[in-house]
Amino acid sequence: MLSSPWRSDFPALAVMEAQGEVYLDSAATAQKPQALISALTGYYTSGAANVHRAQHASAERATRAFEGTRTKLASWLNAAEPTEIIFTRGATEALNLLAYGMEAHIDAGDEIAITALEHHANLLPWQQLAQRRNAHLVVLPLDKAGHIDLEAATQLIGPRTRVLAASQLSNVLGTQQPLHRLLPLAKAQGALTVVDGAQGIVHQRTDVRSLGCDFYVLSSHKLYGPEGVGVLYGRREALARLRHWQFGGEMVQLAEFQHAQFRPAPLGFEAGTPPIAGVIGLGAVLDYLGGLDQAALAAHEHRLHRMLVDGLAMRDGIRLLGRPDCALASFTVEGVHPADLSHLLTEQGVAVRSGTHCAMPLMGRLGVSGAIRASLAFYNDGADLEVFFCALDRALELLR
Amino acid sequence: MNEPTLPPAAREAIDAFTGAAGWEQRARLLMQWGERLEPLADSERSDENRVRGCESQVWLIASEHDSRWHFRADSEARLLRGLLAVLLARVDGLDAQALRTVDVAEWFNRLGLGRQLSPSRANGINAVLSRMQALAAR
Ligand SMILES: Cc1ncc(COP(=O)(O)O)c(C=O)c1O
Repeated sequence: MLSSPWRSDFPALAVMEAQGEVYLDSAATAQKPQALISALTGYYTSGAANVHRAQHASAERATRAFEGTRTKLASWLNAAEPTEIIFTRGATEALNLLAYGMEAHIDAGDEIAITALEHHANLLPWQQLAQRRNAHLVVLPLDKAGHIDLEAATQLIGPRTRVLAASQLSNVLGTQQPLHRLLPLAKAQGALTVVDGAQGIVHQRTDVRSLGCDFYVLSSHKLYGPEGVGVLYGRREALARLRHWQFGGEMVQLAEFQHAQFRPAPLGFEAGTPPIAGVIGLGAVLDYLGGLDQAALAAHEHRLHRMLVDGLAMRDGIRLLGRPDCALASFTVEGVHPADLSHLLTEQGVAVRSGTHCAMPLMGRLGVSGAIRASLAFYNDGADLEVFFCALDRALELLR
Repeated sequence: MNEPTLPPAAREAIDAFTGAAGWEQRARLLMQWGERLEPLADSERSDENRVRGCESQVWLIASEHDSRWHFRADSEARLLRGLLAVLLARVDGLDAQALRTVDVAEWFNRLGLGRQLSPSRANGINAVLSRMQALAAR
């Protein structure tokens, strides 16, 4: 039986288990390791303080820890320097920051390219930007398996393309995108490249410089960290092209009544008091993750995923959406409404997601109104999947 | 709850659901109840009759006779049809005043279906109820 040696690092899993709940919704948000819980408690019990403002001892301590996370992220992502890391309130906010920050570079008739599998967070900010600027949103199609069709992308990315925004790993299809071949197409046209790594970073260490993107976005709460924190990596030269977008607090260098000057990145893009505890907590999570045996972890996730996909494939009438590479699988069942199935899985204590997964246009293209998604983390083990399959069989028996 | 005012269908629901042992039997009952919904014509499954805020499509049609409200509802999802049927069993024939004050949470709790009303459920029973109240308040 496949068992996770890291499961006991996550106290919530024992609690859920005691309540008869199996958690297979980590792509929505991950459970948190004890290391995070301890770091948050430590911060709040040893003296909260605002950062980058006061000189007193607790402020100095908080600022050092806060900036420590920036440094850890820079090395986690292999950024050239910590100043290339901006903290936001989530991946969604980071993508909105980009869409506003780049606005001045988009003219009428320009093109913004996204892909057909984008989460609403990496679709709507660009759609709205295109509308504000009378630009065109170009949607790169997928192949059958659920990967971006590179041939079509070669045709569609052209001299008017100003931005390419694409996911690294689909939150619906579980497909890893061929970014190493896609991004150069945009670069060759002088376009800025944005990678939504909200799902991708959770399942593969990513080197932003070898990936060659201008911007990379991730979400703390999906990476076992606290909610309310997102991370935007920007290549130094690319960050310099962004216009400031939120105003107030320490992002200003000089303020007069009728005029102000703003700081450069990163602080110039961190208006207001940032989520200090959350950022410090994310730092503790990175330390925890960094201490794990990466090869063992990847092998465990791979075996879990095989078990999930094979188990689904074995069952009659189940249609997988795309051909998932890792992390998750979404599916529909012939003649069964996904809401009915999710209702009965919930009754049996199995936590999965059902619906459109914040990707309504993708569901439309796939010709389904909704799907069930089971998603994995390294704290899951074979027993979780056995419970899931058992519950699935009983539910289908009732519904068919 | 004011027992004498309960419609016969509601009494029947109480008898059926309070006797159900476990989730499987409840699910079977819900599916049976769902079959009892008055069918909607295709033309009635319109955007206008669609209840927003439900993950699955739900349609609701209200009519009034002698100050009493009659509802018809339908969905593509079978268990949700059952939930709609037990909701209708409780509220059908009420006047606008009674519709405003009916305690639907209590009703579902009584049937052992209270969890279906939790705010994180996207099934939309809450949205259906608000829509009923809004239609009756017009
Ligand atoms: C691919 C993808 N992008 C962006 C987001 C949004 O992330 P956040 O919750 O941090 O705003 C999600 C989360 O659902 C996601 O799966």
